[in-house]
Amino acid sequence: MNGLALLADGAGSAQNLSIFHPASPSAESIRSLFILVLAITGAIFLVVEGVLLYSIVRFHRRAAETTEPPQVYGSMPIEIAWTAAPMLIVFVLALILTRTEFEVRVNPDRPPPGSKPLYVTVIGHQWWWEYVYDKYDGQDLGFITANELHVPAGEDGVPRPVYLTLESADVCHSFWVPRLAGKTDLIPGRTNHMWFQTSQQGLFLGQCAEYCGTQHAHMLLRVNVDSPGEFQNWLDNQKQPASSGASVREGRDAFLSQSCVNCHRVRGTIALGSYAPDLTHLMSRQTLASGVVPNSREELRKWVIDPRQTKQGCLMPAFGLSEQQVDQIVNYLVTLK
Amino acid sequence: MTIAEHEPSLERPSWTALLHEWVTSVDHKQIGIMYILMALVFLVIGGAEAMVMRFQLLWAESRAVPPDVFNQMMTMHGTTMIFFAAMPILAGVANYIVPLQIGARDMAFPRLNALGLWVTLFGGLLCYFSFATGGAPAIGWFAYAPLTEHTFSRSAATDFWIFGLLLSGVGSLSGAINLVTTVLTLRCPGMTLRKIPLYTWMAFWANVQILFALPPLTAALIMLLFDRLLGAHFFDAQAGGSPYLWQHLFWFFGHPEVYILVLPAFGMVSDVIPVFSRKVIFGYEFVAASTVAIAFISFGVWAHHMFTVGMSRTVDVYFAAASLLVGIPTGIKTFNWLATVYGGRWRMAAPLLFCLGFLSMFVIGGLTGIMLAVAPMDFQLSDSYFVVGHFHWVIIGGILMGLFAGLYYWYPKVTGRMYSERLARWQFWLLLIGFILTFGPMHIAGMLGMPRRIYTYPVDRGWELWNQVSSLGAFLQAPSYLIFVWNMIISLKNGALAGDDPWDAWTLEWATTSPPPLYNFETIPTARSRRPLWDLKHPDDPDWKYE
Repeated sequence: MNGLALLADGAGSAQNLSIFHPASPSAESIRSLFILVLAITGAIFLVVEGVLLYSIVRFHRRAAETTEPPQVYGSMPIEIAWTAAPMLIVFVLALILTRTEFEVRVNPDRPPPGSKPLYVTVIGHQWWWEYVYDKYDGQDLGFITANELHVPAGEDGVPRPVYLTLESADVCHSFWVPRLAGKTDLIPGRTNHMWFQTSQQGLFLGQCAEYCGTQHAHMLLRVNVDSPGEFQNWLDNQKQPASSGASVREGRDAFLSQSCVNCHRVRGTIALGSYAPDLTHLMSRQTLASGVVPNSREELRKWVIDPRQTKQGCLMPAFGLSEQQVDQIVNYLVTLK
Repeated sequence: MTIAEHEPSLERPSWTALLHEWVTSVDHKQIGIMYILMALVFLVIGGAEAMVMRFQLLWAESRAVPPDVFNQMMTMHGTTMIFFAAMPILAGVANYIVPLQIGARDMAFPRLNALGLWVTLFGGLLCYFSFATGGAPAIGWFAYAPLTEHTFSRSAATDFWIFGLLLSGVGSLSGAINLVTTVLTLRCPGMTLRKIPLYTWMAFWANVQILFALPPLTAALIMLLFDRLLGAHFFDAQAGGSPYLWQHLFWFFGHPEVYILVLPAFGMVSDVIPVFSRKVIFGYEFVAASTVAIAFISFGVWAHHMFTVGMSRTVDVYFAAASLLVGIPTGIKTFNWLATVYGGRWRMAAPLLFCLGFLSMFVIGGLTGIMLAVAPMDFQLSDSYFVVGHFHWVIIGGILMGLFAGLYYWYPKVTGRMYSERLARWQFWLLLIGFILTFGPMHIAGMLGMPRRIYTYPVDRGWELWNQVSSLGAFLQAPSYLIFVWNMIISLKNGALAGDDPWDAWTLEWATTSPPPLYNFETIPTARSRRPLWDLKHPDDPDWKYE
């Protein structure tokens, strides 16, 4: 059990991704099941290793013994006993896992009564996450953001479950934030669902768990669980089109005249690409490149000059922009709050 | 026509004559040895690839190995170890030992046997030829579509990988047809199906599994080839194909594959433990029957590799329960092995040492397997480093430990020389400690949220320490394999003469000379019980009285 204590150590900090420190009912169910199964398998382990050790110590050949030991060919009652015991264990395990399975996998069309559910469609791309906010508390949202998921925490006895619809734009990916839920794959041509719910505010980390190519290692996940008030503010901001006006015109023109628009979207402009992250509210995100570096002016500048310096093998190429063009574009990007 | 009198030549044959003899050989023993040598070469290559990965993972955000190179190493390590190390080495041992154990003079189809070997070898070479295209494929050893489609993997490396596996698959299939036929038709008089030595029995069932498990993989590989080269759309979702189908086809092969590898190792352990405990195997019928149970159940559990693809709850529960069932026959085997040691009088030698390593370690891999079979736990653990720890524990703690027991056990028979016991012990302890240090921490890293197949990891995750211990363990483990190879080579010259039956053993391979002559037995032996040599050595108390 030392290991367990160790695993739960440092819990509460954002960097903790231990499955033994769940913050959502489904992750909690899995942890309880895990501890039960650990106890059962631990007992089997002790019995087997105990008998083995005893046999090694007790039954070595002594110098005086030259004859063969008694030959025992088997025993029906013993065989029946050690066939029945594992059968019983398997039967019990099957019952328990069925219960947990039904707790963990729920029907997204039936949120608990009195709750305020959030529905988000997650689309996996090589190597970033696209989030389409569908519906919150019965209201249609219909905006798109990327890489950092914001969800509301349950408060005052009102649960705010989050239902994710999982799809992929290219290859298989898997959505895994260990403290919130087990993973579910994003498979091209299939639509999957998963669910979590928490009343614990803060940042929950995870990453893609299905090998998806060069930068699989840097397809990181960040889930911000906000208070319902903060979440509402965030929603209201995200629903706005991008900042405009005379002060940003120069940068915006530079941005819109480059090939940025083929892949990126900035709502309220002619940039309507859907191949790369939506930039409408880029500066409301804490990180760049799906969680690889902090979203600062310097990192943004480095990224615009040559993304592959930050994320080797990423699909956005360097465009060979002039210093002036880079400055104009970065000046524009930092206004997208 | 006169028959020329052949003076036995005292000169050593020239190396060209030797090469010609081996390359054109259809003798099951020479083919077996060549399979094993091929596998050892690929084992060292696959091991070197693992070392590259462990070096890269020593430090968070390390830039020592570029991502594409790491991903190629990861793909080739898995592919090599499964298809070009584990499969051939087990095929090699079976080729050598099975005809001897059943008192036969060769395999049923000697020329098919040679074909199997060379096709497997060329498959391996073709797979490695992918490096000549500018880099090996970076698709992972289970090659999930659509990452393997031309859109995402443009280089011809993936095509070479497919061709390599197709070819070695033909080798495995022809080998399996041969072995199954041999066991069914060439047993010596008196050796009924119920009197087969356990190693042969389990190798037989592993090869029956190959017959049913490999065709789906072959079909899937051809479909993928059609997609890539002929513009078909089997796994292309945008054109109505299904990437999900690849997963089903692959794991329908992939899961039985685990038992294809582990059953022969179980067999080796089932032969070695009794000889070194000086006791007949406890519950032969149950050990034998549980083998058949494993072979059958293993075809009904494949989708436990796919619990996270969003199957229905009912399907999840079915595959979880079916997977748990495998634990029952495996448990029966373990208990019978323990009961064989219990009450015996063991004498220590490398084969037994590795069997004890097997018994103590395999149970851990089995129990983490139970954890992964429990579907909801798998939602967390699947595709995490826990899985990497689990299957390496099964493969090294189970398959490899059992295999080394078998290789040391039969080395005197194959070469006529004893190996160095001292080197074998160095190897054992380095392997055991290195392996525990390598794969133990992987379980912890997985439970701390570390997914598998990542070329690096963020600094703040708390995974660095566990990865460093893993890497140190790997560096400790690596020399153990070299010591083994060195032991095999040096003992050819320095080893004491073994004699026909150095272990005072009971099965028919020990009734002929070491190494056996080309024709194996001067007269075809007869078997009246499961331990024909025990009957000879104990005419007062033979086995057949009790069977």
